[in-house]
Amino acid sequence: MTPLLEPKPGGLYCAEGDFFVDPVRAVKRAVITHGHSDHARAGHEQVLATAETIAIMEVRCGDDCAGIKQAARYGQTTTIGNVKVTLKPAGHILGSAQAVVERGAERIVVSGDYKRRRDPTCARFEPVECDVFISEATFGLPVFTHPPDTQEIAKLLHSIAVFPERAHLVGAYSLGKAQRIIALLREAGYDAPIFLHGAMVELCKLYERFGVRLGLLIPLTEAKNKIFSGSVVIAPPSVFGERWTRRLGDHVNSFASGWMRIRARARQQGIELPLIVSDHADWEELTATVEELRPRELWVTHGQEDALVHYSRSIGVPARPLSLKGYDETGEGEPETGTQATLFPLNANGGNGKDSGL
Amino acid sequence: MNRFAELLAALAFQPQRNGKLRLLTDYFRSVPDPDRGYALAAIAGGLKFTHAKPALIRGLVDARIDPVLFDLSYDYVGDLAETVALIWPKKHGANVSPGLGEIVERLATLGKAELPRCLEKWLDALDADGRLALIKLITGGLRVGVSARLAKTAVAGIKSVDPNEIEELWPALSPPYLDLFAWLDGTAEKPSAKAHAVFRPVMLAHAIEEEDWPGLDPSDFIAEWKWDGIRVQAVSEGNVDRLYSRTGEDIGGSFPDVLDALPPNVVIDGELLVIRKGEAASFNELQQRLNRKAVNAKMLQEFPAGIRAYDLLMLDGEDLRGCAFVERRARLEKFIAERKSQQLDLSPLVPFATWDELRAHRASPPSPAVEGVMLKRKVSPYLPGRVKGEWWKWKRDPHLVDAVLMYAQRGHGKRSSYYSDYTFGVWKNDELVPVGKAYFGFTDEELVKIDRFVRAHTTNKFGPVREVVHDQKTGLVFEVAFEGLARSTRHKSGVAMRFPRINRLRWDKPPGEADTIETLEMMLTAD
Repeated sequence: MTPLLEPKPGGLYCAEGDFFVDPVRAVKRAVITHGHSDHARAGHEQVLATAETIAIMEVRCGDDCAGIKQAARYGQTTTIGNVKVTLKPAGHILGSAQAVVERGAERIVVSGDYKRRRDPTCARFEPVECDVFISEATFGLPVFTHPPDTQEIAKLLHSIAVFPERAHLVGAYSLGKAQRIIALLREAGYDAPIFLHGAMVELCKLYERFGVRLGLLIPLTEAKNKIFSGSVVIAPPSVFGERWTRRLGDHVNSFASGWMRIRARARQQGIELPLIVSDHADWEELTATVEELRPRELWVTHGQEDALVHYSRSIGVPARPLSLKGYDETGEGEPETGTQATLFPLNANGGNGKDSGL
Repeated sequence: MNRFAELLAALAFQPQRNGKLRLLTDYFRSVPDPDRGYALAAIAGGLKFTHAKPALIRGLVDARIDPVLFDLSYDYVGDLAETVALIWPKKHGANVSPGLGEIVERLATLGKAELPRCLEKWLDALDADGRLALIKLITGGLRVGVSARLAKTAVAGIKSVDPNEIEELWPALSPPYLDLFAWLDGTAEKPSAKAHAVFRPVMLAHAIEEEDWPGLDPSDFIAEWKWDGIRVQAVSEGNVDRLYSRTGEDIGGSFPDVLDALPPNVVIDGELLVIRKGEAASFNELQQRLNRKAVNAKMLQEFPAGIRAYDLLMLDGEDLRGCAFVERRARLEKFIAERKSQQLDLSPLVPFATWDELRAHRASPPSPAVEGVMLKRKVSPYLPGRVKGEWWKWKRDPHLVDAVLMYAQRGHGKRSSYYSDYTFGVWKNDELVPVGKAYFGFTDEELVKIDRFVRAHTTNKFGPVREVVHDQKTGLVFEVAFEGLARSTRHKSGVAMRFPRINRLRWDKPPGEADTIETLEMMLTAD
């Protein structure tokens, strides 16, 4: 019998249903887990995704981003040949889904990118029992533990109190992270207008359309007086150090990313206020998920596969790395905006060179 | 501990002095006793306890973590302390997070055998930032780029008092400084500085500029050589001897020879130098003696240090700071004449009648350890800080070389979108070798132009650093000014500059015509 899913150069392929999950090039039929551009590419003939993901694709790539667009609700099953596909919440960003692929009694779950903790801008991850669990491993090292996001937002608010005359430029990826940071700020009681870089204006409107309340947002270009001291300005991290930032005057560079856990990463980019906020599962979430699901087999896609594969085997769950090509290993899903993390590689191993002592 | 850990993290990412100051003052204002006092002690270097070795911490983590996972992680993070802090597994139901005060007080009384178990308990109870702060504290290296002086200035900011007031009190205070903070909070009187051998805030000079000369009358001034060592204040009071840097840091530990030779009951302002048979050696030699915890007999013999005295602030209990400079000088000359030694001599005056005469002396100093002349108003009392018009420094002209811009790095704060830190090199055969780094000396308009040049001529990017075109024909030449050169094994070129800055931009000069390493090596032998 043909395998239910197998890694191909174009991505994970299901021969029986003749479809790919998150293919990296244009194909006939694609199941898309979420709207980040390395997972949701334009040009497929048919696309199956959540309504939110399809809306995101349309905002980013236009209405003709795909031929036939089929929206599925979470939990709704679509039959493709002998195969059934169900989308379940992945907790990554608005509309993000795990693809549950079934043939008879056999079930594979493609988690896509996911996280386990609460996020006010998207539905929470739902664990699904399965034979094979396909996990990401963006933060697949035990040094990556994301602190509670309320603590990181408190850090930002404290900095605004200590440096009230400086603007706070928060680097955040345009899709997902930006809206989450805004929503978390609102939950923490921050009700001043938040200024936006042009790259995220449309996506914020889209979130609002799907019922995510973000409060008063002002595109930077429409700001009345051009004084931003004491304000929060959200922009993609690609603006750090670029001339664009000069309009903000003296400002604090802040970056909301799981990579900010590693101090050298923050320092290399000249970040004064690192905020460790990630839309990906940290090490504890990754390992807890494997332990909870106890699949017959774990397949690990992009990121730091080695440690997760090692761990999984050590608890008796057979595991293998898939080494799929074409996904952004920085895990921020926005390679086209030139993520700083890829521009600033650490050394060959990702480290920053050994320190002599402690 | 959490607030202290947050403070250390914020300081580590804060490049600007004023930013650090703000973070520190905010901390000292909002954190209760005794934690804030112990934090001050930790930063200002006033905590005494037995430090743990990195190996101990490595041992603790090995017992908790799968070695494969540890190695993968260490390889990725690169820093052992940070790896341990991040990877330490969370323990549910651990004790409440310990306060900094609790930790410091426990460490002070802890036996060596108890340390590992205690440390483990704390690591379990803290979060990642807290663990990193604890590991740094306990291995003795906070490394947050904050000097004792800056920490005291931040404390002074609680109540906007002059940092010098705290400096004067400092030797009479001890951690956790409850009396100091009570005074600053306004709940108690100012503590008294009755203790002996306190630091007296130092009087400083302004660099003299062209426009200053017309207002000055040569007959109002006395001139003396400006020695190129370290400005110090040697204090002997009661039975306590101390050697302070000009910021009030106690550096006596590295200079037992100087302290031993100090006469009793006196405060001398002078220059710390390596002095052999009455001849002052270059700053490079003094550098061998700096920042050493242990000083061995060989060091003392090879690089004998001494004080060349400029001024006398106290003698036999009499405070002379209110007297005119000429009077203090007369007392100083008499004092030194009676007690002159290898470790203590007098900085000679430079006689002159006109500024031109003084200019001629300045151009031919008697020793390579002279870096210019000092002008002191005859009637000036000894006043703390940089008082305009009383003392002037007139440094010798800097060395100049033409060097080629090789790498540029983005600045911080207002300069964070500008490439404002430059690494430049000179030719060694057909290759440029880096000889220094500078980030000032140019105007804002020039910065905009250099930034544009860097962005348009980038050949490579390494994080925030750009490599800039630098071949024979294309590139940007800087005229670099600097105060001195030292041999250095850390630089590929073998030399390191002191106080380099950009003197002039040479847009007109092709890089091929910049200076060579031989030019610098000749300066090295001349020095």
